[in-house]
Amino acid sequence: MAKITLDGLRHSYLPNPSGPADYALKEINLDWQDGGAYALLGPSGCGKSTLLNIISGLLTPSDGRILFDGTDVTRLPPNQRNIAQVFQFPVIYDTMTVRDNLAFPLRNRGVDEARIAARVAEIATMLEVEPMLDTRAAHLSPDNKQKISMGRGLVRDDVNVVMFDEPLTVIDPHLKWKLRSKLKELHQRVRATMIYVTHDQTEALTFADQVVVMQEGEIVQIGTPVELFERPQHTFVGHFIGSPGMNILPAEADGQRVRFQGHDIALEGAVTGSGGTAQVGVRPEFVTLADTGVPARVRKVSDVGRHAVIEAMAGDTPIKAVVDRTDVTQGSEVHLAFRPDQTRLYRDGWIATEAAT
Amino acid sequence: MKTENQKAWLFVLPVLLLVAFNALIPIMTVVNYSVQETFGNNVFFWQGLDWFEQILRSDRFHAALGRQFMFTFLILIIEVPLGIIIALSMPRQGMWVPVCLVLMALPMLIPWNVVGAMWNIFTLPDIGLLGYLMNHTLGITYDMTQDPLAAWITIVTMDVWHWTSLVVLLSYAGLVSIPDAYYQAAKIDGASPWKVFRYIQLPKMKTVLTIAILLRFMDSFNIYTEPFVLTGGGPGNSTTLLSIDLVKIALGQFDLGPAAAMSLIYFAITLLVSWLFYTLMTKDDAE
Repeated sequence: MAKITLDGLRHSYLPNPSGPADYALKEINLDWQDGGAYALLGPSGCGKSTLLNIISGLLTPSDGRILFDGTDVTRLPPNQRNIAQVFQFPVIYDTMTVRDNLAFPLRNRGVDEARIAARVAEIATMLEVEPMLDTRAAHLSPDNKQKISMGRGLVRDDVNVVMFDEPLTVIDPHLKWKLRSKLKELHQRVRATMIYVTHDQTEALTFADQVVVMQEGEIVQIGTPVELFERPQHTFVGHFIGSPGMNILPAEADGQRVRFQGHDIALEGAVTGSGGTAQVGVRPEFVTLADTGVPARVRKVSDVGRHAVIEAMAGDTPIKAVVDRTDVTQGSEVHLAFRPDQTRLYRDGWIATEAAT
Repeated sequence: MKTENQKAWLFVLPVLLLVAFNALIPIMTVVNYSVQETFGNNVFFWQGLDWFEQILRSDRFHAALGRQFMFTFLILIIEVPLGIIIALSMPRQGMWVPVCLVLMALPMLIPWNVVGAMWNIFTLPDIGLLGYLMNHTLGITYDMTQDPLAAWITIVTMDVWHWTSLVVLLSYAGLVSIPDAYYQAAKIDGASPWKVFRYIQLPKMKTVLTIAILLRFMDSFNIYTEPFVLTGGGPGNSTTLLSIDLVKIALGQFDLGPAAAMSLIYFAITLLVSWLFYTLMTKDDAE
């Protein structure tokens, strides 16, 4: 197990990249602490799989270095890095039994048979696959196959990091939850560094202690699930995390005074910087119906059970609010108030207010 | 409990008619000849199973059958491993893929009698490129019209040249269908190239290889045109395979009865071996 350092990492799939647009990964500097549970979250094509393949050694980065506990491994092939990876689709050696599948990574490294038997038994117990140990792996259901793939990743106890590349894609929804909690439990037991790549915020937020959000080859924010939800550093994070996502409203910033459609907006703290495109961000959870505030016309009311999501039009800007009341009707005129300590200014997408103290 | 739907027969019926005309009826005429004797003029005499008995006891049939099995065994044992090796060394992506595929497909596009003629001319000792080279430049005596061993080497080489591509193309199709993740996982699991072949590539190629071997077995067991054009069954009877012998009996000697009996036995053997092979190869998956 090791601390993993990414130092000035860049990667392009083109032979001669010219501009930043040619890079699938733009300048990544990051430390993964030993024993942490990380999630790498971002939309499809944001470079998260590229980053994962660079860490595992399946790809060599165009620039930069990867260090495991301070040792440069940038040029080492996967089998010399002592890492494990679980792929999107289950990878199973069809002709082998489940037991032989689990033992395969250990046998290839010449571990003695007694030790292999002990490790396989331990992993099988953890994954609850003991009854199927002696059946042919080819006949398993997809979720069991994926369990075995995970098992092969976890069977070596000396790995530097275990990586999961959207491992629950092919799993039925009701089993997803089960496997996810299993993974979380496994992490607590083995304490290996784990990196979990996904585009699903629920998966990322439930699995990880720290979530790394990526967009277009860049890391936009690293934080705990709570930090990402409460104080997005970038409008992208606000949008991407939370359901519904953050309201991002066009605004005019003039010194410390920020206005939306002529209404003064109270913010969490002092405005920093100047220029750029100003936007106000507030989560629907912190928008309330009030007697005064921004006037708007209700366009849609969706009752989602415990609360209702209201979509209202302030001029031609839609604003979403999560409210307890469901007596608001479509077409009615309302006033919307934003909770000041949860309302922030963004400049060119990046946060531009000081945190409330 | 499934309910039986008899309507399906309506859909199968037209195909049954078609099969009847192109397979069942011709075969039945052969069955008809195989149990009768004729001296021409459409006069037939009942003969029972005499012809079958005669064929099954004849040394000539045993010899031809032995040569036939030898030929099929030789070409399978060369073409299958060779085809797999070539498929493994072909590029999986890039501009060379279509070039390789076309080069591989070319021998299969050549009409069978042309293949026979080509190899005949190619190996003629005095004018053939290979024949001249061997006899006059390298000084190795090589004449397939005189020497049975040379004739055998030539027909086996010709078949390998003509049909290895089939094994290559089918194996290649099996190989490219393996997702990258398998190779990546194997790398991470620390598998050697041999283990990658043994546990990933070979199992994934198994279905297409079964088809390839089956096709190669049937085709080579029934081969006629190329050896007929190349050696005509000679020198002597050394390359007289079953099909060539059959045509000699049927058209050369005009013994319709024995020829019919022989073709039915021939057919039964082909069917039996194919069925045995297929059952054995697919048994694993059904368990």
